[in-house]
Amino acid sequence: MSGVRVLVGTHKGGFVLTADGKRKHWDVAGPHFAGWEVYHVKGSPVEPNRLYASQTSGWFGQIIQRSDDGGKTWETAGNEFKYDGVPGTHQWYDGTQHPWEFKRVWHLEPSLTDPDTVYAGAEDAALFRSADGGQTWQEISGLRQHGSGPKWQPGAGGMCLHTIVLDPSQPGRIFIAISAAGAFRTDDGGATWKPINRGLRSTSIPDPDAEVGHCVHRIAMHPSRPGVLFMQKHWDVMRSDDAGDTWHEVSGNLPTDFGFPIEVHAHEPETIYVVPIKSDSEHYPPEGKLRVYRSRTGGNEWEALTNGLPQSDCYVNVLRDAMAVDALDSCGVYFGTTGGQVYGSADAGDSWAPIVRDLPAVLSVEVQTLP
Amino acid sequence: MIRVELPSHLRKLARVAGELELQVDGPVTVETVLDALEERYPMLRGTIRDHGTKRRRAFMRFFACEQDLSHEPPDSPLPEAVAQGREPLLIVGAMAGG
Repeated sequence: MSGVRVLVGTHKGGFVLTADGKRKHWDVAGPHFAGWEVYHVKGSPVEPNRLYASQTSGWFGQIIQRSDDGGKTWETAGNEFKYDGVPGTHQWYDGTQHPWEFKRVWHLEPSLTDPDTVYAGAEDAALFRSADGGQTWQEISGLRQHGSGPKWQPGAGGMCLHTIVLDPSQPGRIFIAISAAGAFRTDDGGATWKPINRGLRSTSIPDPDAEVGHCVHRIAMHPSRPGVLFMQKHWDVMRSDDAGDTWHEVSGNLPTDFGFPIEVHAHEPETIYVVPIKSDSEHYPPEGKLRVYRSRTGGNEWEALTNGLPQSDCYVNVLRDAMAVDALDSCGVYFGTTGGQVYGSADAGDSWAPIVRDLPAVLSVEVQTLP
Repeated sequence: MIRVELPSHLRKLARVAGELELQVDGPVTVETVLDALEERYPMLRGTIRDHGTKRRRAFMRFFACEQDLSHEPPDSPLPEAVAQGREPLLIVGAMAGG
């Protein structure tokens, strides 16, 4: 029988949650890398037992871990992330220029075709690639050398490259997003990049329609329609129907259009999910009610999904990488909170139940659908 | 042999228990001890000092013989008691909450 494996990164370790296809009874394994921040864990789509994990610490820096047995055992991989050439400078919080400094890996994106190839999104913002299972890393420096780098600036969480979306229909096409620079696309495997932020409007920057400087929180794509992108921006939920060349707002009737994650249903490319958060300073659900919002129309028309979620006194946040879907029928949806709960829905969001309630603050959630 | 004590997180990473003993040829300094440590346990590279610059990470400390040697030049000789193996070099994560 098929099953799912939920890979959870938290402030104090990583966890692996597994269940059969019914998704009712869960086995919880961990913490792996106890005491370390685990920003992200993700499996190879072509070899699901190959997992990569980003393990970091303010004391000891960055570690990359690799598993070949679905997360039961781990081996350290390479952790040298060296910017290509002279790193240059970006804008600092006070408006001065500040040199690029590697801090941590926010996101690991395994290749769609080769289990030994994996991309890493770093803070300070840069994209790295390994073709040897994470042993050595090379910067894809065309992104940082695009020319707009001096205008990039850190968001509240740091200047991180947090989203990497690989286009299954065009091997050379990659979308990335940076807080706070915006979204970028390459069509030639990373040699050249262009900002894809037309249509974004951010009132917290001097030119609201600027080419770069937007605080994009997350981008999602359905693999069957790689030209359609959905974005949760700092404020505003956005949609593009031309691979990011232009965007339009689809926040519609959301109670607030601030938030972090955005995700697409595994089988319905027009069904999307967000978790509205009250504001950029009040990082919790409006009215203390934890609600996932689902649109079955690709945006604009949203319905609140509340069954099984706390509807009073709930003041947790859901971070940008902390939502994912499985590919079972019906589609499972999962998200983790800064309060340490991981909620799952086996019916596309109609009802929810906590898988675990008391983990450390959840930084990321990924899901693997197993044969 | 030079005795080295690692913080628990790095012992786990290196899969060692308790104190380590390292052979260091030539002068015994923080730099040469870390060179020997990283040679034997490559997974520790980058966790105590930067890969490229070899600068100590901000929240790492080097103690020996009840002295804080963190701010000494890394090529300064370590105390004789460390060089002779009577006392360990303590590699410590700074107290900084967490």
